[in-house]
Amino acid sequence: MLFPTTSLAPTPPRVVITGAGIITALGRGWKPNAEGFRMGRTAFRPVSLFDVSRQRAKNAAEVDLPATLPSSRLNAKQTARLDRAAAMLLLATHEAWQQSGWEPSENLPIVLGTTAGGMSFGEAYFRQAVQRPGQHRQQPTRAIYYQPQVQARMVLAALGSNGPVTIVSNACASGSNAIGHAWELIRYGQAERALTGGYDALTELVFSGFDALQALSTTVCRPFDARRDGLALGEGAAVMALETLESAHRRNAVILGELIGYGTSIDQHHLTQPHPEGATTLTVMKQACATAGVMPDDIDYLNAHGTGTVLNDSSEAVAISHWAGPRAATLPVSSTKADIGHLLGAAGAVEAVICLMTLREQWLPPETRFETPDPACNFPIVQKPGDARVKVVLSNSFGFGGVNASLILRRWE
Amino acid sequence: MSVSGKIFISGLGAVSPAGWNVDALRDALNQGDPLPTQTLERPGWDKPLPVRQVPNPATRPEFLTHPRLRRTSPITHYVVAAGLEAAAQIRAKPDPNLRLGLVVCLQSGCVNYSCRFYGETLKDPATASPLLFPETVYAAPASHLAAVLGNISLANSIVGDPATFLQGIALGGQWLEENRVEACLVIGAEEINWILADALWHLERPAVLTAGAGALCLCREPEFSAGVELVAITDAHTYSEGDGRLGAAKAMREELRAWGGPASPEKLELLCDGVGASPHADAAEIEAWQDWTGPRLSPKCMLGEGLMAAAAWQCVAACDAVAVGRFGAASVSLVGSNQQAIGARFIRADSDISRLSHG
Repeated sequence: MLFPTTSLAPTPPRVVITGAGIITALGRGWKPNAEGFRMGRTAFRPVSLFDVSRQRAKNAAEVDLPATLPSSRLNAKQTARLDRAAAMLLLATHEAWQQSGWEPSENLPIVLGTTAGGMSFGEAYFRQAVQRPGQHRQQPTRAIYYQPQVQARMVLAALGSNGPVTIVSNACASGSNAIGHAWELIRYGQAERALTGGYDALTELVFSGFDALQALSTTVCRPFDARRDGLALGEGAAVMALETLESAHRRNAVILGELIGYGTSIDQHHLTQPHPEGATTLTVMKQACATAGVMPDDIDYLNAHGTGTVLNDSSEAVAISHWAGPRAATLPVSSTKADIGHLLGAAGAVEAVICLMTLREQWLPPETRFETPDPACNFPIVQKPGDARVKVVLSNSFGFGGVNASLILRRWE
Repeated sequence: MSVSGKIFISGLGAVSPAGWNVDALRDALNQGDPLPTQTLERPGWDKPLPVRQVPNPATRPEFLTHPRLRRTSPITHYVVAAGLEAAAQIRAKPDPNLRLGLVVCLQSGCVNYSCRFYGETLKDPATASPLLFPETVYAAPASHLAAVLGNISLANSIVGDPATFLQGIALGGQWLEENRVEACLVIGAEEINWILADALWHLERPAVLTAGAGALCLCREPEFSAGVELVAITDAHTYSEGDGRLGAAKAMREELRAWGGPASPEKLELLCDGVGASPHADAAEIEAWQDWTGPRLSPKCMLGEGLMAAAAWQCVAACDAVAVGRFGAASVSLVGSNQQAIGARFIRADSDISRLSHG
C-alpha cells in the first residue's frame, strides 16, 4: 500500500547499485562511454534528425541507434511502438538488467525522469493533424505511446516484469530526482529494489526551444570557461538497478557502488534562470552531504550541472565555492556536458552513471576544450585525462522551473 | 507544534467547468446534471468538437498580478487558483518556519504552449517565440505556484495516467511522515486545446474533454484539519499484459475493502468513482464495483473527462462530502487510462468509523 507506509526503520538500509546501463552519443554501453569520458572525447556533429537550417545552432550529440534492439519479451508490433526515446531507454535498461542478474518480477518499481517522453510521436501527431487532418492512420497509437508511463510499462514488459511506475518530470533535474526518489523508496522500506534512471531524445521542439532562447552555443560548449557561450544538446538514457545491501549480499551480487546521499529543493527565483548566488544549489548540496554523512572535504570529484550557459555556470560556481569552503581550491570539478551535451531529463541519470565509472575505474572525466578559467570558479576544472583516487563523488542537476538535486555516490570496496 | 502521526486534509481547492472554487464544484455535483458543452474548432475539420471549458472568473483573480504569471498558460492559472484555495487555511496563520511541499500531477500538461510553439517552429524556427518554450515544460505550473507561495521547500511534478494523482497524495503523505514538510499541496491539473480534444476523440469518442485543477492540502497538525483524515491509499495496481485494467481495478477494490472501504453501505460511506467518460473507458471500473449499492458520486458524468484534473476533482469531492458532514467516510476509485488503478479512503477526522474494518 502506498499509504500509510511501513514504520521507518531506526536505521535506513544501505542502498547499493548492482546494475548500470548507459547510452549516449559516445556509444552504447559502459565500455565505449567509459573510454570516451575518460579521454574527454566530444561527440557533437551536425544535426541529422530534423532540419536545423533556420536555427542558430547546427550541432548536437546524436546517438547512433542499432538497427535492431536486443531481444526481449516484446513482440515485433510492440517493439515498433517504441520511439527513439523509448528505444534508448530500453537499451540502457537492458544493460542494467543484465548486469544486475535480477529475475523477472511482478512487483518491480521503476522510477524514471524525462522531460519529453515520446515527444517524437507527439510531433508526428501534430504534423499529421495539421497537414492531413482527415487521416487517422497511426494517430491513436501515437496518442498512447508518446506518454512516458506507457513507455516505462513497455520497458518493464520487455524484461518480463511489471510494477509501479513513477515518472518524475522536474525538467533537467528529472533524472537525479528519479534516482533520489527510488533511493528513498528503498530506504523507507517501500521496496527492496528498483529500476531507476532517465531518458530523453533530441526533438525538433526542444532544440528549437533552446535555440529560440539563444541558450545554445554557436561555437563550442565549454562549461565554466570564461568564454562560454551556451549549452549543446544531446540525447541518451541511463538506468541503474538499486537494491538494499542485504538483498545484494543475499544474491551474491556484484556491487558497483553505493548511493549514499540525496538532496532536493526548489529555487523560486525565475522559471529559467537560477538564483545568481546559487542559494538552492547550496541547500541541496548540503542536504545531500547531511544524508550521506560526509563533508565537502570527503568529496573527491564533483560532476557539475555545468551547462555552459553564462548564468548557470556562474550561479553554480558561487554555490560550489560557498559549499566547499577551503576545499574548493583543490576539489576537481568538471561537466561531462562538454562531451555529450545536455541530456535534459536523462542528464542526471547519465551523469550518475559517469560518477559510478569514476568510482569503479579511478579516473576523472576531463573537459578537454576548456581554455580560459572563469574568475568566478575558485575550484580546478579537470582538463586532462588522468587517473585519480576517487572514493566519494557528488553530482548536481538543476532544471527549468527551479528544482535542484544533488546525488552522492561512494566507491564499493 | 503537536503532531498526531495522522495525515489530515487542511483544505481543498478546485477549478472546473463549474467555476473557480470548491463551492462551484459542489453545487454542480449536487445539481447532478451534465454541464453545458461548448465547441472547439480543430484545424481542417468542419465539425467542431464538444468540450467543457472553464468559464472566465467573475472577477480577475488577484494572483494574476504576480509578475511570474504574466505570460503563463491556463493550466498555470488553474494550478495557482486551486493551490491557493486549498492552502488558505494553512496560510491564514503566517509561520515563517512553515515548510510547504508541492506535488503537481499531470497527464497531458502544458499542451497549449507546446502546440503554439511547435506550430511556430514548423513555420519558421527563426521566429519561434522564446517566451512560449519555457512554459511548455511539465514543471512550469509547479514553478509558478512555488514563486507565488514563496515557502515551497520541496516540489515534484509527476506524470502519469489519472490514478497518478493518488501517487502524488502518497508522496505528500510520505514527506509529512518523514517530517520534511509541515504541509503539502497536491494538485492535479490539465488544460484544453484542440490537439488534446482530437486525441481524446481518437481514443474515447463519446468523452467530452474538460479542464481545470483540483487540490488537497495535507498536514499533520490537527489544528489545521478541515475535519478529514486520509486513512489509506492502496498499492499502485499496474496494468499487465494478462488481466489489464479489469484485474487491476478488482485488485484495487479488494484492497480498499480490506481497509474498511466501501463494502458496508449501511455505514453511509460514499464511493466517488471515475465513471462517466465513455462506455469503453468505464467498463473495467463498472465491473469492479458492480455489487456496490451504496451512495455513489461520479463527477465525470457532470463535468466531463478532465484527465488528471478529473482525478483530483474526485478526491476533492470525496473529501468535501466528508468535511461538510454528508458522509462519515468516502472512498475514491481511480482506474486510470493506461497505467494503473489506485484507491484511497478518507474518513471524518472525529468520526467513530473504524479506520480498519478488520482491525
